[in-house]
Amino acid sequence: MAALRAGKTNNEADQPSSPVLRFGSDKPLKLDAGTLLSPFQIAYQTYGTLNDARSNAILVCHALTGDQHVANTNPVTGKPGWWEVLIGPGKIIDTNRFFVICSNVIGGCLGSTGPASTNPATGKPYGLDLPIITIRDMVRAQQMLIDHFGIEKLFCVLGGSMGGMQVLQWASSYPERVFSALPIATGARHSSQNIAFHEVGRQAVMADPDWHGGKYFEYGKRPEKGLAVARMAAHITYLSEAALHRKFGRNLQDREALTFGFDADFQIESYLRHQGMTFVDRFDANSYLYMTRSMDYFDLAADHGGRLADAFAGTKTRFCLVSFTSDWLFPTEESRSIVHALNAAGASVSFVEIETDRGHDAFLLDEPELFAAINGFIGSAARARGLAS
Amino acid sequence: MSVNRDQRVDLEVVANLIPPQSRVLDVGSGDGSLLELLQDTKQVDGRGLELSQRGVNECVARGLSVIQGDADKDLQFYPDKGFDFVVLSQTLQATRNPKLVLDELLRIGNRAIVSFPNFGHWRVRLSLFLNGRMPVTKDLPYSWYDTPNIHFCTIRDFVNLCDELGATVEKATALDANGQKIGLSMPWWFWNFFGQQAVFLLRR
Repeated sequence: MAALRAGKTNNEADQPSSPVLRFGSDKPLKLDAGTLLSPFQIAYQTYGTLNDARSNAILVCHALTGDQHVANTNPVTGKPGWWEVLIGPGKIIDTNRFFVICSNVIGGCLGSTGPASTNPATGKPYGLDLPIITIRDMVRAQQMLIDHFGIEKLFCVLGGSMGGMQVLQWASSYPERVFSALPIATGARHSSQNIAFHEVGRQAVMADPDWHGGKYFEYGKRPEKGLAVARMAAHITYLSEAALHRKFGRNLQDREALTFGFDADFQIESYLRHQGMTFVDRFDANSYLYMTRSMDYFDLAADHGGRLADAFAGTKTRFCLVSFTSDWLFPTEESRSIVHALNAAGASVSFVEIETDRGHDAFLLDEPELFAAINGFIGSAARARGLAS
Repeated sequence: MSVNRDQRVDLEVVANLIPPQSRVLDVGSGDGSLLELLQDTKQVDGRGLELSQRGVNECVARGLSVIQGDADKDLQFYPDKGFDFVVLSQTLQATRNPKLVLDELLRIGNRAIVSFPNFGHWRVRLSLFLNGRMPVTKDLPYSWYDTPNIHFCTIRDFVNLCDELGATVEKATALDANGQKIGLSMPWWFWNFFGQQAVFLLRR
């Protein structure tokens, strides 16, 4: 079973179900690590039609364990796209009106070059031979994809969590190419606590004997236990204490009394184990190491002499930030400090904090107030951009 | 929001002071009425700062560029002279430090427009004089213990504060109880007695 799963993920890594854009040795990707990645590829999905003026393109940036299948059935899990509640024909982000692009980030495992991709130099998966990938590297690659479509200026770049970091990086690196930016439940840097949680996850993966120093494919294995534990720990941070208690309380799982053992007596234990197990079916362990590292390294202010406002100096981009009251991974204060920096830069900025007990993951859920804010922001930006409704 | 919304006759007066295509920051933007009016009639580049999260979310859902924030704390983040006009309508009396707030408005905007309810209006004076209790009027409907309006002033008080801050009054308008402008030629004491609301255009 493990081998089968390994094979499946490997296939999506090199020969994904999505369209792929391949860059040869003439177009290497310059990495923050100081090296060039070449050749490399980007797997992506698009929805809707690019208009003649090429002014209706929206780039969606995915989160840590997301992928390019934002609004179509996921080929690995068979589940709906991860933001289908928001994006599609007639939805808030209406694909009858906008041309929506979502690409798998560099370092990911669903078709863009990542640690599970075949290293052309060895014919084996990269594993840890892939240089560390940063948020800025991901955005640099996305920019090459946007060039490929001949899009000079994106109408909007949006995303939550790690996707929100990419949005901020886009607005900072290529301000003239971003008409509007919608970073949700994110921060301009990863906090010490967040780095700490990621380190726990990575150590869980590396402590699994099946990890084999990152060369598990060569042994026909995958560090499923370690990755599942990493996911379980991370999943707690995506929820909130209130929501956990509301959903599970101290309820027992399929039993009348405590068993005085270490089985999953409580529903919350059973739920987390399930989350861990289903995650390893769809995600590559090394990719998880790379993704978490990219977030840890993100510090937009540090790239600009410690002053975040300088990351957005002179920007004409219209911003809308969204945070959630119960998000303890990216608390409202993280968004507020970005808002203050944007104010200092004289930028056009809206900022909405949404009251919910659903924690960080609220951005992926059916949150009417989130949709109302996105709808209002996109609508007014579209009018300003001269896009007919 | 610190005064009755239906009574916002001052909005038109404020809007008339702002030329088309100006850059405007509305501090205490409430439900966005003024920003919407300015965007529709003057095509301004408008931004809002509002304390109530509900007000902000409604504004953003309507496509306005508004953030949640506190006039007492968050004005410091705006750059010098970043706006042509900074508007503080019916909010001054609800701030903790009106002097500092006014100072910030004059720093951020080339012009500041401030409107406030006049506590020197004869009805207020009469109510206090006759009843011996804190006035509750149609315009100021709160009791003393639940009012967000913690720093009332009269028109005369405000003019003195402007002097202290080195602000020049470019234009001032007083509105009577019916929302009508009081004649320009009247002296301050007359405005202070009959003006229910005042709108000041300031610069420094």
